[in-house]
Amino acid sequence: MRRAVAILTSNPLSMLGLILIGIILFCAVFADFIAPFPEHRGAVVDFANFNQPPNWPHLMGTDLVGRDLFSRVIYAYRISLILGAVVLAIAVPIGVTVGLIAGYFGRYADYVLMRVTDVFLSIPPLVLAMSIMGVLEPTLINGMIAVTAMWWPWYARLVYNMTRAEKEEGYVLAAEVIGASPLHVMFREILPNCFPSIITKMTLDLGFIILIASSLSFLGLGVQPPTPDLGSMVADGAKYLPDSWWLTIFPSLAILVAVFGFNLIGDAMRELFGADQ
Amino acid sequence: MSVPLLSLQGVSKLFRLEDREVRALVDVSFDVEAGECLAIVGESGAGKSTVANLILGVYPPTSGAIRMHGEPLPARRRREHRRAIQLVQQNPLSTLNPKRTVGASLRLALDVHRIGERRERPEIVATLLEEVGLPADFARRYPAALSGGQRQRVAVARALACRSELVVLDEPTSSLDVLVQARVLQLLEELQPRRGLTYLFITHDLSVVRNFADRVAVFEKGRLIEIGVTETLFAAPGHAYTRRLISAVPVVSREEEMVRDRLAEGGLQP
Amino acid sequence: MTVPTLDIRDLRLGFRTYEAYVEVLHGISLSIQPGERVALVGESGSGKSVTARIVLGLLQLLRSARISGEVVFEGRDLDRLSARERGRLRGTRMTMVFQDPTSSLNPVYRIGTQFHEVLRRAEPAITGAAARDRAARMLMEVSIDDPDRVFDSYPFQLSGGMNQRVMIAMALANEPALLIADEPGTALDVTVQAQTLTLMRELVEQHRTAVLFISHNLGVVREFADRVYVIYKGRIVEEGPTAAVFERPGHAYTRALMAAVPRITGGGLPDIGDEPRDFSQSLVVHDARGDGP
Repeated sequence: MRRAVAILTSNPLSMLGLILIGIILFCAVFADFIAPFPEHRGAVVDFANFNQPPNWPHLMGTDLVGRDLFSRVIYAYRISLILGAVVLAIAVPIGVTVGLIAGYFGRYADYVLMRVTDVFLSIPPLVLAMSIMGVLEPTLINGMIAVTAMWWPWYARLVYNMTRAEKEEGYVLAAEVIGASPLHVMFREILPNCFPSIITKMTLDLGFIILIASSLSFLGLGVQPPTPDLGSMVADGAKYLPDSWWLTIFPSLAILVAVFGFNLIGDAMRELFGADQ
Repeated sequence: MSVPLLSLQGVSKLFRLEDREVRALVDVSFDVEAGECLAIVGESGAGKSTVANLILGVYPPTSGAIRMHGEPLPARRRREHRRAIQLVQQNPLSTLNPKRTVGASLRLALDVHRIGERRERPEIVATLLEEVGLPADFARRYPAALSGGQRQRVAVARALACRSELVVLDEPTSSLDVLVQARVLQLLEELQPRRGLTYLFITHDLSVVRNFADRVAVFEKGRLIEIGVTETLFAAPGHAYTRRLISAVPVVSREEEMVRDRLAEGGLQP
Repeated sequence: MTVPTLDIRDLRLGFRTYEAYVEVLHGISLSIQPGERVALVGESGSGKSVTARIVLGLLQLLRSARISGEVVFEGRDLDRLSARERGRLRGTRMTMVFQDPTSSLNPVYRIGTQFHEVLRRAEPAITGAAARDRAARMLMEVSIDDPDRVFDSYPFQLSGGMNQRVMIAMALANEPALLIADEPGTALDVTVQAQTLTLMRELVEQHRTAVLFISHNLGVVREFADRVYVIYKGRIVEEGPTAAVFERPGHAYTRALMAAVPRITGGGLPDIGDEPRDFSQSLVVHDARGDGP
């Protein structure tokens, strides 16, 4: 634990990551208290203040119907993080289970499961998500389904490779010789040894999921108005560049900060767990 | 005559690789008597590990039969077979799961074989640790906090936890320092009569074999070439390969050197 | 008096970790005369391998390592040399043989290519043909009868014992003054290990190469070395000619080590008390003349 703190604080980049993500998480959790205009997350119009550049009290300016951009960015963070968390909460268990079974049993399980995984991996992620969203209605829930569908195979691959390596370790043989069930060996013996890599990947992925979800809504396939979403805000604002620059620049920066922050922490965790072994 | 604890009859093992076949074990037959320590010696590729894996049921033999108490062991081992045959491995770094406590590793054996009442099991774990000379509070520790010798002791405790009859010792001390090795061997020697254990001791270290095993089986390239009582075999090695093995043993005193060199030439008799 | 090949004086090594400062070597002094075979014997964690790595100048590159004391190689203080000059000594005047021969050779290059590389360190202009010629001579010296086949093979196509001989040939090819052997052959079978050790001993004798032999195996040390240093927890506890140290071990720790080795002559397992012995007693030095057999 002391080493963890030491590693995280000794590197200025990981410190920066911690601070950025700390701010984002804080904003997302306490959005109702931080946002100056909480009601602006919905379908509100305030034509008296429409399309204003950054000023007081509108720190990031206002959009074309007069809503406070800063408040909307904060609520968009909340939605992005919920989306990321839900996607990982579904994709990780699926991917991990598939990877464990394929890696541990090998032979037919390996062949069938990993070929299915490869099919998913062979389709470019955005194309896969777009086609799913094309068939389904573009809602938040369907957005999560689409992103989940493209995300689990990466965990399957990761855990599969790790399981194949761990299977050769003495403790696995020891458990088998004792007569432990395959379920025990997979989930209680092998899986805990995969955790560091899984958690590192999850941290890195949170940033990427926010990016992908934003890309989807940028293309009009994600979260629908009036729900605030960073991707659709960028898309809407882009039509009014360069005059109403704040409409594009601030949501874009928000995406950048989130992806950057999660990446920095992910790297720090990789170092932390890597030095562990 | 009594039935041997374990008996291999005409056992062969063939591995099919992509481009060729490897005959890991060729027509091997021997018995392991209850309460003895039988050493399996040989160099890499001799088939020592194959013997261990066949007995442990990691894979079935290509041909031949393995019997325990006269009953053939099935390819899919039942729980009582798992309990009866246990293993202590060579590498202390990987034999315990780094993410599970020592206590959890020992509990597994008790849970799988339903040994003791559920609430008694922490007590049994503590007793097991004491039996191998470790303090009971080691149960809460992770393997990373243990030395190589301590990990091997835990591995021994795990084999004891199953109340097994036959323990396959696969080079249990070859990656330990000499002082630690001596203590672990001492422990194994003490436990054998107390727990009524039978050892199958796989090793390449003839000096240890000379002082630890009751009988020795020498393997070369998958074949059993010589088997006999330790004293006799070391007094007059019958096979040229055995003599070559003995001649390569590094020794620490002049007295040993003389004995070794005479053995290498054919035997102790003038 | 001749200049010793290697002279280590009061060498200390510590590591800064996130938690604390740990001292690993507490002042080691050791010297090797030209052509002398000296063993540094001790258990794992005693500091024998880090000593070798300091001599090779490898630990100096580590930022967390704190090193003090002198390492003098052929009269030159390694500390006063630049990293570049130290690097130039490695592989030419000072070479190394590792524990696992197969993994210390690069699997993607043929032996010939790697041999050429080794020879080029000492003689940058050497041609392929000349290198092949020299390599063939060296391979013959390590009892490889068909150097041409070995020359064109990849390491994984050769047995462990064969790779070990190739390593020895490479290590001696540039006529180094000092060969550092770190647990050579422990990864090999006993018969192969015995053969390669005999071979190595003959070769270094012929070439008058000094050897620092790092090992935990007392038996192997006894067969190889002229002189022995026993290291325990970062301190040298006993030093002397091999025969003297093995016949009359003076230090409690050395005696315990010797007592723990099972004998091929039988007599049961060694009986080791669980009580910690007095291993902290001061250094025992055997006089080469007065103490010999």
